[in-house]
Amino acid sequence: MPDSWIVLSLCSVIFFIGLFGVLVRRNVLILMMCIELMLNAVNLTFVAYARQLGDLSGQMAVFFIITVAAAEAAVGLGLVVALYRTLRTVDTDDIRLLRG
Amino acid sequence: MAWFESHWLSTITFLPAAWAFAGLVIPGTSKGAIKNWTLAGSIVTFLVSLKLYGAFDAAGAEFQLLENAEWIPSLAITYRLGIDGISLWLILLTTFLTPMVILASFNSIESRVKEYYFLLLALETGMLGAFVATDIFLFYVFWEMMLIPMYFLIGIWGGKDRIYAATKFFLYTMVGSLLMLVAIFYLAYQHKLQFGVFSTSIVDLYNLQLASGGFWSVQSLLFLAFALAFAIKVPLFPLHTWLPDAHVQAPTAGSVILAGVLLKMGGYGFIRFAFPLFPQAVTYYQVPFMILGTIAIIYGAWVAMVQPDVKKLVAYSSVSHMGYVILGLFSMNAIGATGSVYQMLNHGVSTGGLFLLVGMIYDRRHTRDISQFGGLAKTMPLFAISLMIMTLSSVALPGTNGFIGEFLILLGAWQAVPGLTVIAALGVVFGAVYMLWLVQRMMFGPITRKENEELTDMSWREIAVMLPLIVAVFAMGIYPQFFFNKMEPSVNRFLARSMPTAMAKARPPTTVAVTEH
Amino acid sequence: MHNDSTTHSALIAWIPLLPLLGFLVNGLWYALFQTKRGSKKASSAVTGVIATLAIGGAFAVSVMLFLTLKAMPEEQRALQQNLFTWMRVGTLQVDMAFTLDTLSTLFTLVITGVGTLIHIYSIGYMSHDATPGKFFAYLNLFCFAMLMLVLGSSLPILFLGWEGVGLCSYLLIGYWYTDMDKASAGKKAFIVNRIGDLGFLLGMFMIYTVFNTLDFSGIQAGMPAAVSNPGALTLIALLLFVGCMGKSAQIPLFVWLPDAMAGPTPVSALIHAATMVTSGIYMIARLNFIYSASPSALHVVAVVGALTAFFAATIAVVQTDIKKILAYSTVSQLGYMFLGCGVGAYSAGVFHVITHAFFKALLFLGAGSVIHGMHEEQNILKMGGLKSKMPVTFAVFGIGWLAICGIPPFSGFFSKDEILWQAYASAHGSPLLYGLAALTAAMTAFYMTRLFSLTFLGKPRFAEQPSYSNVHAIAKHGIDDHGHGDHGSESKKGVHESPAVMTGPLIALAILSAVGGLIGIPHASWLDEWLKPVIHTGHVLREGVAPTTEWVLMGVSVTLAAVAIAFAMGLYRDLKRAESLALKHPALHKLLVNKWYVDELYEALFVKPIYALSVGLWNGFDIAVIDRVVNGFGRVSLWTGQAARMAQTGSIQMYAFMILAGLVASVGYLIYGLV
Repeated sequence: MPDSWIVLSLCSVIFFIGLFGVLVRRNVLILMMCIELMLNAVNLTFVAYARQLGDLSGQMAVFFIITVAAAEAAVGLGLVVALYRTLRTVDTDDIRLLRG
Repeated sequence: MAWFESHWLSTITFLPAAWAFAGLVIPGTSKGAIKNWTLAGSIVTFLVSLKLYGAFDAAGAEFQLLENAEWIPSLAITYRLGIDGISLWLILLTTFLTPMVILASFNSIESRVKEYYFLLLALETGMLGAFVATDIFLFYVFWEMMLIPMYFLIGIWGGKDRIYAATKFFLYTMVGSLLMLVAIFYLAYQHKLQFGVFSTSIVDLYNLQLASGGFWSVQSLLFLAFALAFAIKVPLFPLHTWLPDAHVQAPTAGSVILAGVLLKMGGYGFIRFAFPLFPQAVTYYQVPFMILGTIAIIYGAWVAMVQPDVKKLVAYSSVSHMGYVILGLFSMNAIGATGSVYQMLNHGVSTGGLFLLVGMIYDRRHTRDISQFGGLAKTMPLFAISLMIMTLSSVALPGTNGFIGEFLILLGAWQAVPGLTVIAALGVVFGAVYMLWLVQRMMFGPITRKENEELTDMSWREIAVMLPLIVAVFAMGIYPQFFFNKMEPSVNRFLARSMPTAMAKARPPTTVAVTEH
Repeated sequence: MHNDSTTHSALIAWIPLLPLLGFLVNGLWYALFQTKRGSKKASSAVTGVIATLAIGGAFAVSVMLFLTLKAMPEEQRALQQNLFTWMRVGTLQVDMAFTLDTLSTLFTLVITGVGTLIHIYSIGYMSHDATPGKFFAYLNLFCFAMLMLVLGSSLPILFLGWEGVGLCSYLLIGYWYTDMDKASAGKKAFIVNRIGDLGFLLGMFMIYTVFNTLDFSGIQAGMPAAVSNPGALTLIALLLFVGCMGKSAQIPLFVWLPDAMAGPTPVSALIHAATMVTSGIYMIARLNFIYSASPSALHVVAVVGALTAFFAATIAVVQTDIKKILAYSTVSQLGYMFLGCGVGAYSAGVFHVITHAFFKALLFLGAGSVIHGMHEEQNILKMGGLKSKMPVTFAVFGIGWLAICGIPPFSGFFSKDEILWQAYASAHGSPLLYGLAALTAAMTAFYMTRLFSLTFLGKPRFAEQPSYSNVHAIAKHGIDDHGHGDHGSESKKGVHESPAVMTGPLIALAILSAVGGLIGIPHASWLDEWLKPVIHTGHVLREGVAPTTEWVLMGVSVTLAAVAIAFAMGLYRDLKRAESLALKHPALHKLLVNKWYVDELYEALFVKPIYALSVGLWNGFDIAVIDRVVNGFGRVSLWTGQAARMAQTGSIQMYAFMILAGLVASVGYLIYGLV
């Protein structure tokens, strides 16, 4: 088994790519994909630790996360469709309804 | 019946509100029924309050007609009521003025009648509650509670700039009170430190020993916190600018109640709380406040002189008269203090009367611009007589109530700081100037405007509104001793507590034990 | 408190109470029944009789009590009555109490006696007025206040009357209120009086500080201890004198009295000649022990009195309105009274008060009769020759004229001469004061003769054109003001004598002016003896003055008066000659006619600046500064809200970033102690 730091650094890199994408990307669909990236990075981290610590509850968590991610993706894409129907755009710069 | 016997104060305090709630069943369209119902309620309250006069024994305990009930045990806040010789008269002033205010509004308010009269009675409850509360937190609740009906009264039934005036009044007063709230909790905390239990009962708090000396001492800061709230209410120069706007924009009833009772809250607050709780601070701030009072007297009179709007003129005259009250209170002697309390009663009667008269002329001409009047004594002689009598009371002619108050205040102030009194006494000259000039511009001379020729004189309803006030002006001026008899012991106790030596003799807590915290 | 040796009387209160009842009856009747549009006004006869009965009753009681006092031994000549406690606060106790002693009894008799005569006169004078009920109510109220003033046993009660007469003065001067000038005159009177009252109040406070009481008996009892503090006593005396300056129209607060002539003539007679303006002298006489203890204050009083007497006389010399001349004459005579008090001769001052009440009321009422007969003409240049048209008025006015000029044996001679002698000979007097006073006496004789001559003697300088005078009357006063419009029928009779209801009191006053001096004959003065319990000073002469000088000075003053009369008679026989004299000194004439521009000076020095300052304070401070701060709070909170608004971008990604940042910060703080 390679040193855990390699796996963890891979996970964190993926996570930060996803985070960066969430903060910077303008297309809402890309945003959703970056969120999935973050979730998967977390999955990878759980598996790595499960393997390292010999605790299977990490893998259990992965299942939960996959399920929740799927549900969240479904709801999120539904929101995106509703958003597009109302505002005719999927560019986050143009979605400013919450502006105070 | 026995419950009433032991709960007079609660009865009087909540009777107006209860009556108002009962009146909510009257449909909003039967305006006459609503008006009569409200008037009946206020008269009943007045009659019930007369019982207080007999029940209060001047030679008795400090606070009488006590009531004591649990309220918020965890914070040691209790529902305590009690009156002394000073609050007795203020309560009677309130219940005396309210029926007249209601009667005066009969022909002026046409929209949302039910809400209007409901608010008037609710306001009365708030005012009475503030006068009877001996728990400082309960007092605070009533103090803030008064603002709400007043805000609506000004904001809905007021003049052109009513929203601005109502908002200004509400926020200004509330901001002043916020520091007071902090001070209240600090006092309760101090009580716990010194006596082991939290308490917000004023009798307990009088026993506190607080550090004094200099601006940053505990007493000084607490005193300023209280004084800010009360000074805004009085209103003391330079915190007075809410008053002209509030008075001008308010409907007649609002102005009368505002001038007649609400302003007295400030003076009452000083007497009941700020002075006895912080004696050394009072001595420390005596001269600055007396200076502010003097400035208020002269400044109010001068600015009143040049007002084109008659209601604003009377409003600034209120600033001037209340300056006398502050001057007398801070003189720290029996003569000044008695004069101050009496002046509060006087001002309620005379300025209330003036606002009622202004309301009457506004009902007819729908203008408050003095230049629109002129020569009215010809068409409205009874109105002229009433205005003349109220003017004389305002300028403190001997024989009217105003003289007693101003004479005692100036004499008391002279004994404290003669130099300031010389300046303050100029107020008697300037007071005459602006009032007589107003009377002349409104009443005398030839009738220059056609609209003024057809005005009707006072109706029976309006006479009924003014007559008790006119009688009061002379009764209070000729036989003030009647009022002093009940006031004297309370004023003496007030002074005894407010002298710096009072702190030296602290007594253990005298009240029943509150649930342990 | 009052000592036990004084006698109690239950009658004293009736003296002020009866006029008060008269006021209430007439006043309530007027207010309740006569104010509705179109209601019938009561006649002056009925209301006048009610009022006269009230004041007449007070006179009867006064006489009764005077006789009671006379029957008492000298040391005990005082009656007390304590109605109730007015104020009791701490050590201050003020009772509603009256003291009738030798001083107040004299004043009471004068007020009620002359007052009754003037009330009777008014029944005739105001017979055409629209609201006589109101007039008589005010007159009675005035008498009530004046009586309270002289009967009060403590300073606050005196002050109650003091301000009360000021109020009635205001109401009565501005009685014809539809004329703005008249209303303004009333307001001016009240306010100038108030300035004096300010001094009075401060004097009262000072007295309380020094004596710890405001009762007259208490103050007197406290004198032995107080003389160790002469500065305080001087200050008290001067402050109280400021009150006198206002009420009794001395320099610098005399400006209201001439304007007060806007009121009906009975008002001028009662208030501004006989009673209210003498309050100041009463007060000084009452508190003579304080003034005697302070020579510097006395000196101020004397100098102010003398200067006022002279100053007013200079103005009177050139006035043309008959009432204005009498008004300035009153100011001048009041100056004499203060001069008398100021040299320590308080009883001389009181003597002149009494005689002045008689002859000045007579002169004013006579002037009223003239004005009435001349259909509201008041300019003496337009009169003349009334001797034949109004014989009774002419005769009584003549007596008054001789009295004021100081011709023996009329009353004015005795009182004025006493003052002149004391001004010269008293320990506080000086030849300078005497000189000024004597010069003024000569001027008095001059201008009064001028008045008399131009009004009554010579040929009439008016044309008896009924329609012209009628129109003139209507234009001046309006028809419904006092109904003189209906004089149309009467004016065709021309100038006429007044009815008996008016000439009766005139005759009574004439008799009093003639013989009134007998109470104060020098060296046999009943008045001095009578006032001994109250006024304690003996007549100490100045060093180097021989008592026989008194007769010399008496002769001098009579001669001066006679010369002045003769000169004036001669000068004004021909009006053109007199007018040419004025043209020779145009600047001086202009100065005097314009009353030394005092009113304009006050307007520029006080009225306009204070008004401008008030406007400036309102606009420049209240609105611009204080309200700006208050509204500034509102603006600040709005601005803060606007600033906070900038964080709400509506951009989800911004929000997400802020969540992240906050999370990092808090986790970092928790774990690593970073902030």
